[in-house]
Amino acid sequence: MAQMTMIQAITDAMRTELKNDDNVLVFGEDVGQNGGVFRATEGLQKEFGEDRVFDTPLAESGIGGMSIGLALTGFRPVPEIQFFGFVYETMDAISGQMARYRYRSGGTRPMPITVRSPFGGGVHTPELHADSLEGLMAQQPGLRVVIPSNPYDAKGLLISSIRNNDPVIFLEHMKLYRSFREEVPEEEYTVELDKAAVKREGTDVTLVAYGAMVHSCLKAAEELEKDGVNAEVIDLRTVAPVDYETILESVKKTNRAVVVQEAQKQAGIAANIVSEIQEKAILHLEAPVLRVTAPDTVYAFTQAEEVWLPNHNTIVEKVNDVMNF
Amino acid sequence: MTLKRTLENIENQFETFQILNEEGEIVNEDYMPDLSDEDLKEIMRRMVYTRILDQRSIALNRQGRLGFYAPTAGQEASQLGSQFALEKEDFILPGYRDVPQLIWHGLPLYQAFLFSRGHYKGNQMPEGVNAVSPQIIIGAQITQTAGVGLGYKKRGENAVAITYTGDGGASQGDFYEGINFAGAFGAQAIFVVQNNRFAISVPVEKQSAAQTIAQKAVAAGIEGIQVDGMDVLAVYAATKDARERAVNGEGPTLIETLTYRYGPHTMAGDDPTRYRTEDEDNEWEKKDPIVRFRKFLEAKGLWSEEEENELIEKTKEEIKAAIKEADNTPKQSVTDLIGIMHEELPSNLKEQLEEYKEKESK
Ligand SMILES: Cc1ncc(C[n+]2csc(CCOP(=O)(O)OP(=O)(O)O)c2C)c(N)n1
Ligand SMILES: [Mg+2]
Repeated sequence: MAQMTMIQAITDAMRTELKNDDNVLVFGEDVGQNGGVFRATEGLQKEFGEDRVFDTPLAESGIGGMSIGLALTGFRPVPEIQFFGFVYETMDAISGQMARYRYRSGGTRPMPITVRSPFGGGVHTPELHADSLEGLMAQQPGLRVVIPSNPYDAKGLLISSIRNNDPVIFLEHMKLYRSFREEVPEEEYTVELDKAAVKREGTDVTLVAYGAMVHSCLKAAEELEKDGVNAEVIDLRTVAPVDYETILESVKKTNRAVVVQEAQKQAGIAANIVSEIQEKAILHLEAPVLRVTAPDTVYAFTQAEEVWLPNHNTIVEKVNDVMNF
Repeated sequence: MTLKRTLENIENQFETFQILNEEGEIVNEDYMPDLSDEDLKEIMRRMVYTRILDQRSIALNRQGRLGFYAPTAGQEASQLGSQFALEKEDFILPGYRDVPQLIWHGLPLYQAFLFSRGHYKGNQMPEGVNAVSPQIIIGAQITQTAGVGLGYKKRGENAVAITYTGDGGASQGDFYEGINFAGAFGAQAIFVVQNNRFAISVPVEKQSAAQTIAQKAVAAGIEGIQVDGMDVLAVYAATKDARERAVNGEGPTLIETLTYRYGPHTMAGDDPTRYRTEDEDNEWEKKDPIVRFRKFLEAKGLWSEEEENELIEKTKEEIKAAIKEADNTPKQSVTDLIGIMHEELPSNLKEQLEEYKEKESK
């Protein structure tokens, strides 16, 4: 075991899979020599050579399209989009192409591609670096969207994603990259995709979140505990498809739920979850299922970012609304 | 004093490469490809077959028996001359008009009809047929071609990736990204732009200030050539050369073929009289790839009217049989679709699969 930050765990996952499978290729802008702008690929080119870990020209649609071509020749590409706000440049390659290839080819052409990308607010980036665009990806049938909240999951989920024979969008919250360390096994292991984790057991209300908001929920749960409210916290880990089974089981126990996402409110992951809860468990509910989200705007410039982002206080407020309904 | 500029110098260097003129005469003996009499006849057979297939497809479409179809008449030399230069292991990434290349690369005709009809089985390449189904998004296949060509290079394969797009496609960002990536990585790739002068209704002159599409290769640092796309020998020779250089590690090539589609853009209501003149149509029909190649073969004593008529009859029979086979293929269901979207069915779809199984069993 070693103490690792999330970014170290991510590097370790790629190293593990580069070692395990000669077909794994890691590439993107500044990914080779420089080891990535966040150092996610630190040392990998040196260890595995320029043929396996390399820099690409600066063009995201090209990176996406080339990944597809490499997959067509049997490789298992792990491209990086330097910041996920740049995904618009490669929307067709992702949503119009890799997500559909298996179906389009009558089930004959798998796309074992893992698109890695940093995202998430609170780190004072310029525009279009921090936006939470997972809802856009989740809207696309054929894509799996994975968002880890901690180093242990990050390594296990990334290994599972790379081994998966369908495309995975693997989103890494920048605020979590180096915010804490935890024990991460040096040997290989996997964390199951499409499976949520109960991070804290509770009896009064279910908090559902993913990425950095999992930590805000845990902090909120601690505050709530002081007022005698016992919150259960679920970390989705895979946001598309959602593990509704785990959520419904919890809601049937607590009879109350608040769904939390850093993204704007409209048409997101949280909206999906609220719908599913009322479709499947309405008679178990003691109160409406509420959402904690950012407002329906584009991501705020730095000066307004602090207020724009949901946090443990806004979560506590919403939970109180649900408890006092 | 004017600054030193390069555009004029570059454009002057892009001449149209031709071997066989409109009269069916060899005008460029030095580049005459090394093809046996049997090869020459095979090229002719394929062009005639494809012309008949186009006529039949248009008729079938009008009877409501085909579905999506993009006519090919006029473009046979561009499509089949380039495909004839390929080996079985080469990988084709076609556009929606490039079904003939797929057929000659090994896609059974009834499957081509199933593609038109919107059945997933039309998109399943048989084992060993290195190709994907026609791309609908203009340009998306071009960046993918850079990837396949790079994959082949990494694996040390003696094979190339070849893609097709049109004069409109050469305006897409993905076109520039694709040829640039291919150049940067030394991908084993060939990019064919069939310049048939129109993107639906928009003339090529409105696509770009560039005098040729071939010259766009210069900016990507790759080889580019403009070819008479109505001359099957020139298209063959240019593709063969590009293929050889690609597998020898000498980099990718952009080939612009000057051609024309006689028919409408697709069979979904396009009316070419809205944007083309009859004079222009007639001008291009004089350049017809089959007419000139027929003259060439007849002068060599390799082709006769009788042989051609026999071939036409045989082709019509084959088409009839293929349509029948397509008719006999059970309709695609939503259950089929759900089943082949993923390797492993995600939980949300499990429920929906049951729902549609139920619906479709009635
Ligand atoms: C990305 C995208 N934009 C627009 C279209 C609609 N469209 C289909 S074909 C076409 C014209 C293409 O012209 P060209 O590239 O010259 O090929 P051609 O049809 O002449 O073979 C257009 C605009 C499309 N299919 N994809
Ligand atoms: Mg055109």
